[in-house]
Amino acid sequence: MYAFDYHKPSTLDEAKALLAGGEDPKLLAGGQTILPTMKQRLASPSDLVDLSGVAELKGIRDTGDALVIGAMTTHATVAADATVKAAIPALAGLASGIGDPQVRHRGTIGGSVANNDPAADYPAAVLALGATVKTTRREIAADDFFQSLFETALEEDEIILSIAFPKPKRAAYAKFDNPASRYAIVGVFVAETGSGVRVAVTGAGQEGVFRSAELETALGQSMTPEAAKAVKVSADGLNGDIHASPEYRAHLIPVMASRAVAALA
Amino acid sequence: MPDDGIGARTLRKEDKRFLTGRGRYTADINRPGQIYAAFVRSPHAHAAIRSLDTAAASAMPGVVAVLTGEDLKADGVNGVPCGFSPTGGNQKAPTRPALAQGRVRFVGDLVAMVVAETLDEARDAAEAVAVDYDPLPAVVDPVKALADGAPLLHDDVPGNLTVDWNLGDADATDAAFAKAAKVVAFDLVNNRKIPNAMEPRASVAEYEPATDSLTLYTTSQNPHITRLLIAAFEMGIPEGRLRVVAPDVGGGFGSKIPHYPEELLVTWASRRVERPVKWIAERAESFMSDAHGRDHVTHAELALDADGKFLGLRVRTIANLGAYLSTFGALSTTYLYATLLSGQYVIPAIHCNVRGALTNTCPIDAERGAGRPEATFLVERIVEIAAAETGIDRIDLRRRNFVPADAFPYQTPVALSYDSGDYEKVLAKALEVADVAGFETRKRESAARGKRRGLGFSNYIEACGLAPSNVAGAIGAGIALYETAEIRFAPTGAVSVYAGTKSQGQGHETTFAQIVASRLGLPIDQIDVIEGDTGTVQWGHGTYGSRSLAVGGSAIAKTCDKIIVKAKRVAAHLMESAVEDVEFKDGSFTVAGTDRKLSMGEVIMASYVSHNFPTDELEPGLDERCFYDPANFTYPAGCHVCEIEVDEDTGFVEVVKFTAVDDFGEVVNPMIVEGQVHGGVVHGIGQALYEGCQYDPETGQLLTGSYMDYTMPRADNLPSFTVGYTTTPCPHNPLGVKGCGEAGAIAAPAAVINALCDALGIRHIDMPATPMKVLNAMQQAAE
Amino acid sequence: MTITVSMTVNGKQVSREVEPRTLLVQFLREKLNLTGTHVGCDTSQCGACVVLIDGVSVKSCTALAAQCEGSEVTTIEGLAAADGTLHPMQEAFRTHHGLQCGFCTPGMVISAVDLLRVNPDPSEHDVRKWLEGNICRCTGYHNIVKAVLDAAQTMRGTAVAAE
Repeated sequence: MYAFDYHKPSTLDEAKALLAGGEDPKLLAGGQTILPTMKQRLASPSDLVDLSGVAELKGIRDTGDALVIGAMTTHATVAADATVKAAIPALAGLASGIGDPQVRHRGTIGGSVANNDPAADYPAAVLALGATVKTTRREIAADDFFQSLFETALEEDEIILSIAFPKPKRAAYAKFDNPASRYAIVGVFVAETGSGVRVAVTGAGQEGVFRSAELETALGQSMTPEAAKAVKVSADGLNGDIHASPEYRAHLIPVMASRAVAALA
Repeated sequence: MPDDGIGARTLRKEDKRFLTGRGRYTADINRPGQIYAAFVRSPHAHAAIRSLDTAAASAMPGVVAVLTGEDLKADGVNGVPCGFSPTGGNQKAPTRPALAQGRVRFVGDLVAMVVAETLDEARDAAEAVAVDYDPLPAVVDPVKALADGAPLLHDDVPGNLTVDWNLGDADATDAAFAKAAKVVAFDLVNNRKIPNAMEPRASVAEYEPATDSLTLYTTSQNPHITRLLIAAFEMGIPEGRLRVVAPDVGGGFGSKIPHYPEELLVTWASRRVERPVKWIAERAESFMSDAHGRDHVTHAELALDADGKFLGLRVRTIANLGAYLSTFGALSTTYLYATLLSGQYVIPAIHCNVRGALTNTCPIDAERGAGRPEATFLVERIVEIAAAETGIDRIDLRRRNFVPADAFPYQTPVALSYDSGDYEKVLAKALEVADVAGFETRKRESAARGKRRGLGFSNYIEACGLAPSNVAGAIGAGIALYETAEIRFAPTGAVSVYAGTKSQGQGHETTFAQIVASRLGLPIDQIDVIEGDTGTVQWGHGTYGSRSLAVGGSAIAKTCDKIIVKAKRVAAHLMESAVEDVEFKDGSFTVAGTDRKLSMGEVIMASYVSHNFPTDELEPGLDERCFYDPANFTYPAGCHVCEIEVDEDTGFVEVVKFTAVDDFGEVVNPMIVEGQVHGGVVHGIGQALYEGCQYDPETGQLLTGSYMDYTMPRADNLPSFTVGYTTTPCPHNPLGVKGCGEAGAIAAPAAVINALCDALGIRHIDMPATPMKVLNAMQQAAE
Repeated sequence: MTITVSMTVNGKQVSREVEPRTLLVQFLREKLNLTGTHVGCDTSQCGACVVLIDGVSVKSCTALAAQCEGSEVTTIEGLAAADGTLHPMQEAFRTHHGLQCGFCTPGMVISAVDLLRVNPDPSEHDVRKWLEGNICRCTGYHNIVKAVLDAAQTMRGTAVAAE
């Protein structure tokens, strides 16, 4: 690890000032990605701004038609939280399958969403549920948020405050793990919302998480596992690596979608 | 007999320290004034070094020295040697400089070494070493490496062919094939594994100017060999001036057998800068530079007569040996491999040719099983294919060809003489324990859940207990392979057992103490086992090849026997009787026909507080030592039965039931033996389904260089196992034991792949059978 | 630049000057000489470094010492009772031969202890799933799983008896 300065602000204003002030500051929102990256000397921020002391970034609220989760809420908390389980059980289920227990104890929803790892789980939920990312500057719709691998609409000095998930009628997530890393090779989040079916796929796209128009159309007509499985997905634009070729990922997308549909709740 | 003697499930003596964080591994050792080493490693698979500039790095904060291959040369330090050359193999061993001399040959090859006050400073400076590389074409595939026009790794190894070796009678094998009613052939790739002991390699060296001597703490399965190589072959110092200590070692699985350049470099650097130097591998370095295992490309043919009797086996293997020959070089790919090609069967004629290729990859050496898993996989797969293609039931085909129980000792056509075994009995027990009769019912249950279930067998044999020294010499090893033991007493009865083996988790402190407890009738609590320190253990060959109990344990047993002989003389003196009249049983000396009796403890005390010894005929003391050289290998054998389920939609394979029935001869501690079986089986399941080292075929970059990409078997990949035994004692060692450490890794791959082929109705699939490969195989089978 | 980090480790208040880049595992091993916590990888996957921070299992190679300011940290050295009596999880690992080389053991034991906090009555499947972040290369996990299930039973028994 290269040397850096460490800061732990206790208010949002302090955090904003630190983020604006440093040479190349980065936020520390749990550290389960950035710390391993820094250990391998693949990142060299001048400053780390630890958000764990900022009270405004914590907490889970049910606002009636939406579930609002503070950015610094850990995966373990989301997985176990009664409010989440009641409002969007699929989200709790997704959180319970991220990484391993120790990663879930430290990693946060805000950190995961801001990082936008193409094989991370949360982006699929945010996109499929049509969530809104609330930041220190604005509110960003999920459809506008995820831009490419590890790239989002966030500005350098912007901090995610919370994510608001509109409650779906039903939703579910199914993923096929990379056997080594346990990230998603293919993860499919299916949501039946007031404005139709939304399906987001993580792990597979060369540009990161994406919505599957074919699956949305098919499931809009018939919300059944069979309908999902019958969809043919093109391998164009999908990732290939030693564990899964683009064709294999294309095969797995409808399979995982059908499993999600079978598990809708 | 004490409760903790041979055969008891004695809880391990070493566990208390491991469970409370008091284990002492090399990385836990810190010496006063210690500085840290970091290495510059090649980012290229193959390149010439145009220039190497250490000026900027040398000027960095905290840097004590930046060392290169030129410095090694200037100090007259030799390269790292290979200690094995297979007899008849016409081996050409390239020179392996510890730091590059103008050329790098695999990703991770050592280029320069930085020592600095702190680890971070050493790493910072390592990045500042400026190396100008001229990349050269690389070859990672052993078949391509032997082809015309392949990039040449070493000028002194034409065609990258380091070994071309044969075993068996080629003419007799051709004749067998000529009269065959049926010939079965297949091609296989035995996948390259990265051993991945959980403790990364580490070394701490300390130079003592007053005596011009060195101490090296290092992660080793065989510290005496490390000392021999560094002192005598590399640095040219008397062996007695180098003490090598392997403290607690966190797993080895073969990867800590080889002596590595880093061990030499840390030792040499500490002498050069006169400070203790510490190096701990990062896991990324382990992936790149711990000797890898396996990596064969093989064509195999089996000849059968009309009754399904095996007539001959012909094998052509191209073995990848990496960029340089590791310490035991081609041993695993020659003598530890081809000698096992007879399996549990009578195969009258066998011929095997092995060609060893040098490639731009990490060197290959022994990895749990070392050659024997490759042989077993080949034999147990081709038998299965033969069963399918002759229409003979696979169990029946095996039975028709087993070496019969009354045929031992059985001389195979590939050099070995199997000393004992009863393969029919092992198979019968396995069929019963695994409830093979219930398989069809379970298969229907799986089908109802949308899963395809398969059943696979692996009837393996291994030659272990390495090894008779005359054999070691005859096949081309640079060392003998007997083992040593020494037992010393304190007057009040404390027993110190010095063993030439070195546990990396096998529980020697317990098992060896059980042997002594049984033999001498002493409580286990007063018996301590000491290993891994060349300063206290006179000599030894270390732990590998499932040899520790069969060879090292036998040395301990024989040392005990010597002690009893001496102790009887002491007891005879004390009890004023003739030594012939003294009997020793259950820890007590008695005189026949009298009530005179002495305990072992009393005799020990008297031997050291020897006030009235007739010293011209009876020396004080009871210490004894033994160098035990076995008469033969040992031949554990067994039958492993695997059931898997395949998810038809994804190709995901789950091992749902696994049964291991083994004949290890006598068992000293069943608890430890079962643990060895479990661990070995998971190495085998890992090879079959998960683990496969991959290099980019063009660039030679390591694609599986972390746990993000190299799949390690984890708890949720596996079922619990069922373990059973049969016992035919080894006839030639004093304990009747055969060894158990590698059996699972040897047997399991074939059991898993046979089960998978059974489930899918396919002829063969290469390992690791990842979901993508399995799905492709299913799709091809359906077409 | 160094910073002062203070925390409670195994019940003892400690305070050390460290560089901000110091990981918790380095703090424990190098500053406090608590070498029972091991480092087995650099990608936060092997779990040899797992400790409890404020009662919750965490990979100490993926936490800065600075992040643990004011926290209560328990390492493998702090698990047994003050009189040396092993924690039931340690005892179960010993009884069931749930360790061989001992290198993954500290992280494995701490992780298993944390499982029972979350789920005092786990199934074999629960145990295997929870331990996915702890790699063992020796045991094949069989005896580890047995040990955890047995410890769970023991600890439930203790809990019932204490009521």
